[in-house]
Amino acid sequence: MRNIAIIAKRELRSYFATPLAYIFIVIFLALTGAFAFFIGGFFTREQATLMSFFMYHPWLYLMLIPAIAMRLWAEERKTGTIEILMTLPVSTVEAVLGKYLAAWAFSGIALALTFPIWITVNFLGNPDNGVIIASYLGSFFMAGAFLAIGSCISAMTKNQVIAFIVAATVCFLFTMSGLDLVLNFFRGWAPEVVVRTIASMSFLTHFSAVMKGVIDLRDLIFFSSLIAFWLFASIIVIDLKKAS
Amino acid sequence: MTEKISLKNLSKRFDAILAVDDITLSLNNGEVLGFLGPNGAGKSTTMRMLTGFIEPTSGTAEVCGLDVTRHPVETKRRIGYLPEGAPTYGDMTPDSYLSFIAEIRGFDGAEKRLRVDAVADKVDIRGVLRQPIDTLSKGFKRRVGLAQAMIHDPEILIMDEPTDGLDPNQKHQVRALIHEMAQDKAIIISTHILEEVEAVCSRAVIIAHGRLLADGTPADLLAQAPNHNAVVVTVDANAAGALRQNLEKVPGVASVEDAPAPGLAEGKLRLRAKPEVHTGTGTDIGDAIGAMLRDKSIPVHELFVERGALDDVFRQITAPEGASDA
Repeated sequence: MRNIAIIAKRELRSYFATPLAYIFIVIFLALTGAFAFFIGGFFTREQATLMSFFMYHPWLYLMLIPAIAMRLWAEERKTGTIEILMTLPVSTVEAVLGKYLAAWAFSGIALALTFPIWITVNFLGNPDNGVIIASYLGSFFMAGAFLAIGSCISAMTKNQVIAFIVAATVCFLFTMSGLDLVLNFFRGWAPEVVVRTIASMSFLTHFSAVMKGVIDLRDLIFFSSLIAFWLFASIIVIDLKKAS
Repeated sequence: MTEKISLKNLSKRFDAILAVDDITLSLNNGEVLGFLGPNGAGKSTTMRMLTGFIEPTSGTAEVCGLDVTRHPVETKRRIGYLPEGAPTYGDMTPDSYLSFIAEIRGFDGAEKRLRVDAVADKVDIRGVLRQPIDTLSKGFKRRVGLAQAMIHDPEILIMDEPTDGLDPNQKHQVRALIHEMAQDKAIIISTHILEEVEAVCSRAVIIAHGRLLADGTPADLLAQAPNHNAVVVTVDANAAGALRQNLEKVPGVASVEDAPAPGLAEGKLRLRAKPEVHTGTGTDIGDAIGAMLRDKSIPVHELFVERGALDDVFRQITAPEGASDA
């Protein structure tokens, strides 16, 4: 535990050592605002909800989360610091968790900084704050799932651009897997069970369930187990190809 | 137990390439071992297996009696490691970087501060502790890397080309540092600077194509040089003929050859008398030649005994064809 915290602290601090963190946060806030107000029609809905704010989060994460995740391991590999990290008295599990938690905490900070919109909606009307808290929680877990996917893919390469593109693609498939665009590809030949399993992997489906204010344990378990799976995969990948 | 490092039949295969081929080696406390070998010989791969960064294909690496693969965290705790190129987190300052390493190594609070300051003094980076590492010169970066490896005063220090890219003053400083630490540690350094081996190592091994080809003190290795203990005499050109005949008659001299040198004065000639070789070591023929020169009253311009160059030994052993075992 101690080592995980030390690694996470170092990692999180290095986000803020460069302009990366600030640029990310500014762009994230600008985009969430722009989507909510202009595309989502926050005002024209004349409803005291943050639906128009949260419904674009999967799409924003699709572009922005792989940008955080791409450097997690690819950069360590590129600069050779992975050789320092993995020869310190820490286990691979601790290293993977520490770095992942830093990235997740960072995305949590960016998400938390959207609080003015929550104040705004409370100022303008009487929203169901339970739904809003559930949505924030759902959004945070979804970001965590995207990051875990990105962590694993970043561990496979030393090239950050490749890590970004592949992670964005995999995240896209997970987001879209409930929609016909993806499902039609499988319907022709795969058995019904497979199609339904793929459909059940959809981030959109799970996130919109949470967004309605129904915190179904199954949705949180879905995101948690996805995170666990991809982190486990990251650990395996790091152990297998540390040196190459 | 004094055996700090023990490699047994260590091998590493990368797909088709056998990078390290059956290396067996052990190292005691107080020894400074120089890993010599051409680029791609398997030095870094061996070090990476020893530090637990990669796993051997076969064989074992033990640190203080513990198997590196089976006890990764315990063995890593005892090792200080400077990887090739001294990688560091460039966006951190040396201060925050070393603090991070100290924390991972189990130091907290005042003890951590003490460790960071002490090691910063040791490698002389006090002045740049608060600048981002990316903005530092190569020499400073390397010293930050060294500080990282030494901060916990490890029993075992493994350094991959610690002086690569340093200027002569900095090299001297790093060598002095290694000397200072040598007494109570087992140290391995890899290098292809041969003078470094003579300067800091109590023992040297030569590795080429993944195999251990020679193992001994630097003096042992030097004794294998073709010109080791050869005597060079410089005389006037017209006396050279007589000198050559007389040199050949001196007992212990195997052969006499011309030894042209670029800086030689006009009208002088230089001859080299090579000793007979017994059991790998040249006989001492210096005294006999000195006596002969006095007897024959040949005016000598210059006379010295050659030590031979480690370069020659290195080339002789690692040359692709006809590599000889030691």
